[in-house]
Amino acid sequence: MIPASFEYVRAGTIEEAVAALREHGDEAKLLAGGHSLLPLMKLRLATPEVLVDIGRVDAMKGVCETDDGRLAIGSMTTHQDVMDDPLVREHCGVLAEVTAMVGDAQVRHRGTLGGALAHGDAASDLPAAILALDGTFTVEGPDGRREIAARDFFVDYLTTALQDDEVVVEVRVPKLDGDWGWRYEKFSRVSQAWAIVGALGLVKRTNGTIEEARVGLTHMGAVPVRASAVEDALAGNGPDAIADAAQHAADGTDAPSDLNATSAFRQHLARVLTRRALEAAAG
Amino acid sequence: MTATEAPTTGHVGQVRLRKEDARLVTGRATWTDNITPAGCLYMMVVRSPMAHATVTGVDVSVATDAPGVVAAYTGADLADAWQTSLPSVWQVTPDVKEPPHYPLTQDKVRFVGDGVAVVLATSRQAAVDAAELVDVTYDPLPAVTDVAQALKDEVLVHDDEGTNRCYSYHWDSGNVDEVFEQADVVVERRLINQRLIPTAIEPRAVVAQPEPTGGYTVFSATQIPHILRIQLAIVCGVPEHQLRVVAPDVGGGFGSKLNIYAEEALALALAQKLGQPIKWTETRSEGYQATIHGRDHIQDLAIAATSDGRIVGFKADIKADLGAYLQLVTTGTPMLGAFMYPAIYKLEAHDLTITGVFTTKTPTDAYRGAGRPEATFAIERMVDELAAELGMDPMEVRRKSWIAHEEFPYDTITGLTYDSGNYEAATDKAMALFGYDELRREQQQRRDDGDTTQLGIGISTFTEMCGLAPSRALGSLNYRAGGWEHATIRMLPTGKIQVITGTSPHGQGHVTSWSQIAADALGLPYEDVEVLHGDTAISHKGMDTYGSRSLAIGGYAVHEAAQKVIAKAKRFAAHLLEASEDDIEFADGTFSVRGSPDAAKTIQDIALAVFAAHDYPEDMEPALDAEATIDPENFSFPHGTHLCAAEVDTETGRVTIRRYVAVDDVGKVINPQIVEGQVHGGIAQGVGQALYEEAVYDADGNLTTGSLLDYHVPSAADLPAFETDRTETPATSNPLGVKGVGEAGTIASTPAVVNAVVDALRPMGVTDVRMPTSPQHVWEAIEAAQGGAA
Ligand SMILES: Cc1cc2nc3c(=O)[nH]c(=O)nc-3n(C[C@H](O)[C@H](O)[C@H](O)COP(=O)(O)OP(=O)(O)OC[C@H]3O[C@@H](n4cnc5c(N)ncnc54)[C@H](O)[C@@H]3O)c2cc1C
Repeated sequence: MIPASFEYVRAGTIEEAVAALREHGDEAKLLAGGHSLLPLMKLRLATPEVLVDIGRVDAMKGVCETDDGRLAIGSMTTHQDVMDDPLVREHCGVLAEVTAMVGDAQVRHRGTLGGALAHGDAASDLPAAILALDGTFTVEGPDGRREIAARDFFVDYLTTALQDDEVVVEVRVPKLDGDWGWRYEKFSRVSQAWAIVGALGLVKRTNGTIEEARVGLTHMGAVPVRASAVEDALAGNGPDAIADAAQHAADGTDAPSDLNATSAFRQHLARVLTRRALEAAAG
Repeated sequence: MTATEAPTTGHVGQVRLRKEDARLVTGRATWTDNITPAGCLYMMVVRSPMAHATVTGVDVSVATDAPGVVAAYTGADLADAWQTSLPSVWQVTPDVKEPPHYPLTQDKVRFVGDGVAVVLATSRQAAVDAAELVDVTYDPLPAVTDVAQALKDEVLVHDDEGTNRCYSYHWDSGNVDEVFEQADVVVERRLINQRLIPTAIEPRAVVAQPEPTGGYTVFSATQIPHILRIQLAIVCGVPEHQLRVVAPDVGGGFGSKLNIYAEEALALALAQKLGQPIKWTETRSEGYQATIHGRDHIQDLAIAATSDGRIVGFKADIKADLGAYLQLVTTGTPMLGAFMYPAIYKLEAHDLTITGVFTTKTPTDAYRGAGRPEATFAIERMVDELAAELGMDPMEVRRKSWIAHEEFPYDTITGLTYDSGNYEAATDKAMALFGYDELRREQQQRRDDGDTTQLGIGISTFTEMCGLAPSRALGSLNYRAGGWEHATIRMLPTGKIQVITGTSPHGQGHVTSWSQIAADALGLPYEDVEVLHGDTAISHKGMDTYGSRSLAIGGYAVHEAAQKVIAKAKRFAAHLLEASEDDIEFADGTFSVRGSPDAAKTIQDIALAVFAAHDYPEDMEPALDAEATIDPENFSFPHGTHLCAAEVDTETGRVTIRRYVAVDDVGKVINPQIVEGQVHGGIAQGVGQALYEEAVYDADGNLTTGSLLDYHVPSAADLPAFETDRTETPATSNPLGVKGVGEAGTIASTPAVVNAVVDALRPMGVTDVRMPTSPQHVWEAIEAAQGGAA
């Protein structure tokens, strides 16, 4: 429960953070809310030599509307601030709803959106949500900024497309125009725990039919996945197509086996939870 | 009030807010980890990452040179520090294997977490860093992680013993073969009582400190300061009178702090060696490896009955996984259940085999209930299985077979005498509160509708034996200690008292309950009682707290000491009032002369007069203090009826408890709120076993549930609001009429919940769900019953 000793650097700006990462290379780690990183350090599963604290980089906090009509959420925005943000609630309520199911109140007041995504944890709830929303990541490195689509961002267990010297500055999500419904079915062992499987159903409804359906799955592989077979089967159909479509929720996934669930049980859960999420979202 | 009125019981039976709580809830408690003597060295134990290996080398030289490190030692370096092995207290059979168990191993490591070296440093950080620098080389051996494999004796945990079978114990009574042959129905099942981790909220910690006047003080997060003193004195060769053991505030134990641990012995031995205070506090993950585990039985069971549902026989063949070494009561824990397999039923035959087996896992030992939850789970699950087989209501089967209230005292087939009980009363009350018939109707409706969420009803009409224990009974079982308890009452000059108890509370509220008992007995204000405990310098004698013993024996001792104070005070009163002792009456703290109510002295008057000692009987000492050592005449037998309604989502396997009704009979109640607290916590812990908790090892012997991330302890958010009530059938074995309540909820609730889960799924063909009844296990049970390939 005592981390190995490390050096502590506080970055005041994004540029300082990037410079510090550049100087220390893979010996350095950014410290956001610390709620994923510090537990690993205390167990000495992570032993970075330098921690670059970005907790006071105000430029990475808060939510605004972008020129292209999306929402930009600063990566250092805490889960609680995402949930409470009026723009998020108005234009992307699904994100507020999923965020509200992350951990407990303490976690949500310290943990950040950027940290949760950059950590790349397969059991984390927010990656599936950003993926289902077709969000993008604005990241800054020594050579300036670039944008990474969510589907390219998550690479493997605890591995993302970020370079060692890059910082996630913000996450962009679309405003959901039209009649969207959603439900995140998070299935966990005890309350306030990580998802064994999570299924996010996001449905655009037009005149009683499903114009568009999106399904993001948590913990059905090393990275969050979209249940594209289900999405394809539903587009243009009525809600009564959901039960059959959801049977394909686990198609093409590579669900892990662990103490809470075997791979087969995860696949079963994915089908049940996807059906329930979509039925609620379409209803 | 006149002296002719009968004494009132002003405090006993009433809710009194706990005297303990103000300190605890305002953060002013003193936990062992808060104690840091000047010059204290922090100890880190270097533990084996392997389940089973020959230790080919331990090199502490690099660690010794690390910053802040004062010393580092291997098992060999400290071999001379030990006068004996760490103790195992119960010789359960004459030929039980009791392999040596030293605080650090030398030859082999036998479980992940086995200690191989220690590092001492001036800060905790330095100790943690340096521990990583100790170079241990291992020659791996195969892990032995289940009892069937262990019993083949192909890989031995303790080579010198020649077998992994620690002991085999067999006991039968009645004509077993005949009863089973003639029975109309016999139901057999294999049930798994999984391994659990106790998880007290305060981790273990110890501080050993040399005293300038010679001798040592050991502060420990322990349930057993008195037993620890004797045993540490023996293990470390410290004269008993030079060893003071203090249990400061202790945050829960559930049996996990009922032990003599390697770290306690190490801290004392190193304080002896270096002449400096030594401190150690476990981390949660460290505790999960190095603090005892509980349960871990495979139960092969058979129940026999007549076709109309009268239970006649029970057989249990138990394989108990003891883990790698014998801790204090490792051998005896299954034995504590040995008497209880017949439970409340009037059996004609009983057959029990217990095989204790060494494996390369953390040692098991007493965990809340210790043996009795295992026995109760076995019988109560099997009664439900029998009822299903017979197509009868499970409560009907119980009613046909249990001991009727007019049959007490009742001699059981296992040789116990249940002094009192009323199963009918508790059951009737529970059934009414629960609305049993209504819930059965709803269950049928859901079955008829093919609802994906099914409803199950689970019953547990449990009893247990607690109040450990009559010393002669322990002696006859080759338990190497007694079961008495001690109390002293010191009368202070102003009539206030100090009660010194040999029990060692760690959450149970003895300070409050003992105050209520003493205040009523002596007619004193509740506020005028101070209760002292947990320090061998103050409480010289005691057998500590476990096995729901404290009230039935320790509370009894307080009551008895108070009677002795009254007897003395009566003689002083007679002297001062110039009356015959036979004419002195005592009520509500006042001694008066029969027939002349104005001639009276309060107990405070007498206390002051005795203190002054100007005028007192020739043949007396000027003192009112008294002590009592109580050796109970019998165990006590709380019982109750617990009913659980659980919803099972047959698609996801999730179980949600909808109602939980518990009617407990714990005899007379001293403080209803404390009793309720014990029942609530107990039920929660039993639900933990039924639904959530399991210590899992992989094939290599690694504990894969190594932290609270993977070992699921339920929180309040996972539990329903328990509905509790009581019946009160006084125990006849003590003057307070009290039984015990610490373990009752845990013993009762596990089968109630699992019975409910199985009941919900029975129409799908399910006859058992392995604990914990997790979504995975429920799903597997459904798939298996329906011929799927889960
Ligand atoms: C008890 C508990 C329960 C939890 N339960 C859940 C749950 O149910 N669901 C869930 O989804 N999550 C859960 N979490 C995780 C929580 O959401 C964390 O807050 C989040 O995963 C990490 O955010 P953070 O700000 O704390 O990041 P940190 O721990 O500070 O950082 C995490 C990683 O991301 C990197 N990083 C952080 N910010 C950036 C950035 N801007 N650019 C690049 N890299 C960055 C860090 O270097 C580090 O490697 C739980 C955590 C705890 C402690």
